[in-house]
Amino acid sequence: MNSIQALIVDDSSVMRKIVERSLRQAGVELSKVFEAGNGAEGLAVLAENRVELILCDINMPVMDGLEFVKALAGVENAKGAPVVMITTEGSEAHVVQALSLGARGYIRKPFTPDQVREHVIPLLAVKA
Amino acid sequence: MTMPSESPTLTASRANWGPMLEVAVREVFELMLSCKLTVPENPTNGILDITAMVGLAGQLCGVMSIQCSHQSAGLMASKMLGVEPEKIGPELCDAFGEICNMVAGNFKNKIAGLSDGCLLSVPTVITGSDYSLHPVSDSAALEVRLLFENKPIVISLQVHS
Repeated sequence: MNSIQALIVDDSSVMRKIVERSLRQAGVELSKVFEAGNGAEGLAVLAENRVELILCDINMPVMDGLEFVKALAGVENAKGAPVVMITTEGSEAHVVQALSLGARGYIRKPFTPDQVREHVIPLLAVKA
Repeated sequence: MTMPSESPTLTASRANWGPMLEVAVREVFELMLSCKLTVPENPTNGILDITAMVGLAGQLCGVMSIQCSHQSAGLMASKMLGVEPEKIGPELCDAFGEICNMVAGNFKNKIAGLSDGCLLSVPTVITGSDYSLHPVSDSAALEVRLLFENKPIVISLQVHS
């Protein structure tokens, strides 16, 4: 698998670090990881940088994860990048909504690197 | 404005909430901190000078809180991040709040009908021990006392009826 650039969107800096570590433990080769504290910051990152993978929380201030996923439709630098939601929100309605908006996967917190591997690797393999 | 009322399913399952809360807490600590919590053999007193709180609203209204010592919260953050406790700084409150958030989310996701019907607030962390929580309505409290690295940790769910 080639080295990729990823964007992690979560209002907790601790969770962003844990998600990055879990990706690395899952065997994802990361050449660069961009971080954003909410959806609006995520879009600002994508205005300047192309990524091949996006992991996103749902409950965030300013712009939540569902609004962010919706807004990604028109973002050139996110084209083809699978979006995986990582959130404490286990609501079936949120899962359905996220998937209908374009998210490709859903991981519930708390999670293990194995769960990250299970949900993320197949998406990157399909892309490759 | 009418408030959402608690569903009959929720009311019926309340007897199991204590064990479910304990399982929810244990899972968060095992999966995110690689750490097993233990049950105190005797009632334990210890410093509880930091509290993380998450509000619940919807079919279940209340507050989930976790109390422990500042030192324990620092150790939790260090285990979450995989760094030495001495290197933990401002991340402490962020990490401790996230633990409470995950416990609240994990708990509600275990209760049939609550996953879709209950929303969580962002976490709040309070430092110090000289305060009291005064619920403004009739309420029942659920409390689980465990040990984290042999130090007390108290998890409470204050439910507004």
